[in-house]
Amino acid sequence: MQTLTPARRKELELKANDVRQGIIRSLVAAGSGHSAGPLDMSDVFAALYGYLMRHDPERPEWPDRDRLLLSCGHIAPVRYSAMANFGYFPVEELLTLRKFGSRLQGHPERVSLPSVETTSGPLGEGLAQGVGMALGAKMDDKDFRVWVVTSDAEHQCGLHWEAVMTAAKFKLDNLTCIIDRNFIQIDGSTEDIMPLEPLGEKYRAFNWEVFECDGNDVADFVAAAQRAQEVTGKPQVIVANTVPGKGVSYMEGDYTWHGKPPNAQQAEEALRELSAQRERILADA
Amino acid sequence: MHSGTNVLDGAAAAMHLADYRAADIKQVPTRNGFGEGLIEAGNRNRDVIGICADLSESTRFEGFKKAHPSQYVEIGVAEQLLVAMAGGLASVGKIPWIASYAMFNPGRSWEQVRTIMALNETNVKIAGAHAGVSVGPDGATHQAIEDIAIMRVIPHMTVVVPCDSEQTKKATIALSERWGPTYLRFGREKSAVFTTGKTPFEVGVAQTLRKGGDVAIVACGILVYNALIAADQLAREDGIECRVVNNHTIKPMDQPAIVDAARACGAVVTVEEHQKHAGMGSRVAEILAQTFPVPIEFIGVEDRFGQSGDPVELIEYYGMGVGAIKDAARRAHKRKNASKD
Repeated sequence: MQTLTPARRKELELKANDVRQGIIRSLVAAGSGHSAGPLDMSDVFAALYGYLMRHDPERPEWPDRDRLLLSCGHIAPVRYSAMANFGYFPVEELLTLRKFGSRLQGHPERVSLPSVETTSGPLGEGLAQGVGMALGAKMDDKDFRVWVVTSDAEHQCGLHWEAVMTAAKFKLDNLTCIIDRNFIQIDGSTEDIMPLEPLGEKYRAFNWEVFECDGNDVADFVAAAQRAQEVTGKPQVIVANTVPGKGVSYMEGDYTWHGKPPNAQQAEEALRELSAQRERILADA
Repeated sequence: MHSGTNVLDGAAAAMHLADYRAADIKQVPTRNGFGEGLIEAGNRNRDVIGICADLSESTRFEGFKKAHPSQYVEIGVAEQLLVAMAGGLASVGKIPWIASYAMFNPGRSWEQVRTIMALNETNVKIAGAHAGVSVGPDGATHQAIEDIAIMRVIPHMTVVVPCDSEQTKKATIALSERWGPTYLRFGREKSAVFTTGKTPFEVGVAQTLRKGGDVAIVACGILVYNALIAADQLAREDGIECRVVNNHTIKPMDQPAIVDAARACGAVVTVEEHQKHAGMGSRVAEILAQTFPVPIEFIGVEDRFGQSGDPVELIEYYGMGVGAIKDAARRAHKRKNASKD
């Protein structure tokens, strides 16, 4: 297994920082949208697009590309920002988020932007579609991988668990589910609203291979994802522990930032913090 | 005036219908046509797959399972998964047919149908079995009579309700070869097979099965047969000549055929095994209200649920039998003439 070199790690951390800055800029331009989830998944998306996935922004319809599904469509700003920062479209387009006529719909729509792979937003539906894609790949002897990013709270949906059961039945080792385990949902803490723990144990009981990592540490996430890719005969889940709002101090850990954007002044402060973080990453040996 | 004594004259002959008035007309469930059509569709294209939610015998998946085992997937009792997983398979090039009872799919899975099939534009085909009150003894929980409404309202959706098993077979093959999210609705019980191998079928093209200029009976599903019988009896008993239109494609509906029938007859009766609200007849009314308003009578279930019973008994009780169609045609005819005064 290839480990992340310090240089690649720094590169991914810088990309994650770019992704975060793009999220803040797009949200403040949109005037609505979700902040906490996109920020906390920036490291995971930077690692996926920048290191783990087989993809080519020049050939978004490449049949053998890995499929990345964002099940929790409300954190679309992180995906859009990652796609822009990895060459799928100009970074300036991020400022059209949620605006009339934009390809960057409030929740992702495949028909307007095919590289998002699925139309998502209604929760609990991504893994089931990923199961279909992974099974289709098996039927046709294709070797692409299906990555499905899910929120923790959407594990309260029944359909998600139908898909968990099915992935195990068909031994879909080409399917990796990533959980944004930030413990928040719109109305508060997941463990108050509808407890999910023990989450990893639930997947083990459904015959999945379970990995856990710090979802805000690109190297730790990459290591978990690499171990997941070596599993045969079983689907894998990576419980990525994240801090909601990661990177913006006044948002971190505060569930009230789940579904609102920063105002202009708050955005300025957030960008100042993120720029300072960028300087620190660059300064690190 | 045409007496209707020889049914193979005119429109019926042009449509190569069997003698639908014969007492011993062949009776086959429409679901059998789906099963046969799917095997043929799977022969023609190996990307056609079947996904079954624990109802392989009822939905007539068994033949496909035997003929095409590598194209067949079983997922258990999980109708939301059925749609979502099919969406994933379709997006990597498969043509999935997903079958359950219409009450559960699209009944239970409607939001997945809207988001994953229609908004996301995937080539998924739903087979809604056991539709209508004619499911019989299973009772109201299993009698889908709202499914046409919830499917026809979704953009991009094709909705087809064939009239007998032969047409269901043709529709299954045709829809497999036609791109787009699709709903095919059929029933459980045996019903008269009055179309033949030679009867044409094209999605979106309504069929005139009987000529007549007094009232147009626009019907879909197994009740097209009742409409034909009612039309013959009305000709004999009242001298009212009904045009009978098999309006099998509810979306996209054959608007010119509907307007033409209204112009030619000046009065319309719609016939469907579904709630009157928001079904096929409602769509006919929407079209005619904007193009050629004429008196319309609706045959269907009047804003209530079904119950256990014998299928024929239930069709009669809920006002969809031959007698009810005749009464509706008489009312429509009377309203037309009254409006001329």
